[in-house]
Amino acid sequence: MTEPTLSFVGVWTALIALGVFLYVLLDGFDLGVGMLHGFAHDAADRELIMNSIAPIWDGNETWLVFCGVALLAAFPLAFAIIIPAVYFPILVMLIALIFRGVAFEFRFQGASRRAFWDHAFQAGSFVAVFAQGMVLGAFIQGFRVDGRHFSGTSFDFLTPFGVLTGLALLFGYGLLGAGWLIIKTEGALQEWARRQGRLCLIGVVIGIVIVSLWTPFMEPRIAERWFSMGHILFLWPVPIATLAVVVWAWRALAGSADAAPFVAAIVLFLLSYLGIAISLWPMIVPYHFTLWEAASPPSTQAFLLVGALFLLPVILMYSGWSYWVFRGKARSDIGYN
Amino acid sequence: MTLDPLLLSRMQFAWVIGWHILLPAFTVGAASYVALLEGLHRATGRGVYLRVSNFWIRIFAVAFGMGVVTGIVMPFQFGTNWSGLSETAGDIIGPLLAYEGLTAFFLEAAFLGVLLFGRTLVPAWAHFVAALMVALGALFSSFWILAANSWMQTPVGYAIVGGRFYPMDWLQIVFSPSFPYRFAHTVVAFYVTTGFVVLGVGAYTVRRGLFHDEGRVMMTTALSLLAVLVPLQMFIGDQHGLNTRRYQPAKLAGIEALWNTGSEVPLTLFALPDQSRERNDYAVEVPYLGSLILTHSLDGTIQGLKDFPTDQRPPVAIVFWAFRIMVGLAVLMLLLVATGWWLRYRHKLFDTSWYLRACQVTIPIGFIAVLAGWTTTEVGRQPWTVYGLLRTAKSVTPSLSGRDVLVSLLVYAVAYLLVYPTGLTFMLGLVRKGPREAAPAPVEAGRPQLPVRRLPSSPQSEEVR
Repeated sequence: MTEPTLSFVGVWTALIALGVFLYVLLDGFDLGVGMLHGFAHDAADRELIMNSIAPIWDGNETWLVFCGVALLAAFPLAFAIIIPAVYFPILVMLIALIFRGVAFEFRFQGASRRAFWDHAFQAGSFVAVFAQGMVLGAFIQGFRVDGRHFSGTSFDFLTPFGVLTGLALLFGYGLLGAGWLIIKTEGALQEWARRQGRLCLIGVVIGIVIVSLWTPFMEPRIAERWFSMGHILFLWPVPIATLAVVVWAWRALAGSADAAPFVAAIVLFLLSYLGIAISLWPMIVPYHFTLWEAASPPSTQAFLLVGALFLLPVILMYSGWSYWVFRGKARSDIGYN
Repeated sequence: MTLDPLLLSRMQFAWVIGWHILLPAFTVGAASYVALLEGLHRATGRGVYLRVSNFWIRIFAVAFGMGVVTGIVMPFQFGTNWSGLSETAGDIIGPLLAYEGLTAFFLEAAFLGVLLFGRTLVPAWAHFVAALMVALGALFSSFWILAANSWMQTPVGYAIVGGRFYPMDWLQIVFSPSFPYRFAHTVVAFYVTTGFVVLGVGAYTVRRGLFHDEGRVMMTTALSLLAVLVPLQMFIGDQHGLNTRRYQPAKLAGIEALWNTGSEVPLTLFALPDQSRERNDYAVEVPYLGSLILTHSLDGTIQGLKDFPTDQRPPVAIVFWAFRIMVGLAVLMLLLVATGWWLRYRHKLFDTSWYLRACQVTIPIGFIAVLAGWTTTEVGRQPWTVYGLLRTAKSVTPSLSGRDVLVSLLVYAVAYLLVYPTGLTFMLGLVRKGPREAAPAPVEAGRPQLPVRRLPSSPQSEEVR
């Protein structure tokens, strides 16, 4: 039903790409903080770590809802194929997010069972991130499709590659979380966060290297995309820039700058995101349907765009404002107490 | 034993939405109630309204947080288990669901924080506006989700192109024939649900004697609202029934367990419908009343189930009984409210111990009625998701095996059975604490603590008159 005269596919691609990136970035760092917080040395540190994300973590999570419903409305075919293909990772992620939210809530209610809720929070964070990483892996590998339906089984997601992307994302979110903690903490705790960050960076680099080498072998179209003569001329800066950012991130983590590690981590995510986009473009259901083929009709996309263009800026401004108000180091006396 | 992914998916959807709907059933009404209390406080200047408002804001915050968390599950169900529906009708229901998400998101982002934490930090009028906006936002969320549901029940404004629904007229789609009735019926149901919660908690507060004024305010405001809302709801329900007769006759026949088309139809009060033998056992009937209620005339004709092929009939017993539970509870509600007003007229409302207890016991009455009504309308529209056009069997995700869905259903079952009692315990703790002016509202699941805590702490005591 494409009407060549008027198309909103580009706008919606941009909006969803932005939504996914914001989600990965924002919930990424607070999930990362959630994972790291269990490794902190003592209760006082854990308290401070939790307070650093207390005001903003669940606002971050709501971007997930935006991505879900926007995909359904703007690219219903993609929604209808991808989500069934990752049935169990989605289930596990949702349950983990529920428990994580509840644990966060209840750890602040009663001090008596705080250790229990702390563990639940950390476990929930780990499980949710690993599940998201497996979704990413399944997405890059592509789906079995028959007509307009997913035709594989609910266990197709369970592959070595999926496990790899799951692990890589654990380190990736850990890196973001460490970067956030470096901004929000001082002294010994900050030093600890820097060490965790370096550890995560090593994991991330290994992950990026293996994924980058594996995907072209897995899918000839990706190899063609990156290595054909016409393309490599334009694309060589991406891996070079990634390398440069890794070096920058390492030095920032080892140095004394507060914000640089987090910024470097963000840029690293952006480059990885770009790399995946280059590999898969213009597929929204790899390797069966392009964005244009999976798009809902212009009438549908326009109908939702009206509201989105009004509501999204307000939401963004408000979120930005909350971050601004909460800037500065986390303190033990501020937060949930 | 073969596990049917379709049946299990339906059970799973019923499970997750059944639990989820309890939260909006309370928060939609609670948001409006808080706005009303804030308005009363501004109009009268009486501190008691403020204390009651703060009390309900605390409970509202917990319920809203749980609503957000369980709400995240909902849109994904359309992908994991109902991809057939998403693929076939996503062009139409997709943006309606997305608008619901965006509206909730917007409301949460922009106004909820001010309402929960901002009383001492923004001017009083701004806080009042925030309360109004939260109430309005909750109504808008309901608007969109019911627009989606209503379109599926009474689809219009579409074309079928290549076996899929294609939007032709958004105004028609959003305001489909059953939408005004369903929207009014649901919102008033949510208000009534909250009303009985407030009434019961007020009765509990009065009985304890610790916060007598606050308890009285809760009871009198709730009784005043319910005196209007319960009869209004009965009227709207009647109108909704007329609408169902016109657009979903098979559902109506199921509700009444009416097998044969006829005029001068009796009303069946009790029966055990037998789907396979197409008859009712042990029926207790009131002559003419069926026609009178459903057509507003003694000899109105009503279509019976036998007019529809067997594979186009809803499961009669469930629909029949769910509807009777709903109506029975409505009658009980009317009785409770009438008794309350009679006692009040006699100046004995706050001293009649059995009535206060009765109010306490009936706190869940609205929730049960909402679930019964929802069962009536959702089971009643079977075997269709998009009424008369798309079968539920064609809506389910084709790749799922029965075992897949059994696993996910069990996981959801365990998760909700852990989370809900915990949340309920927490809310009961808040009720037990009572409407005292203590520390600022406790932070609840799924809500950011607002920037306001960052600012120099302003003692809350100034709001206590």
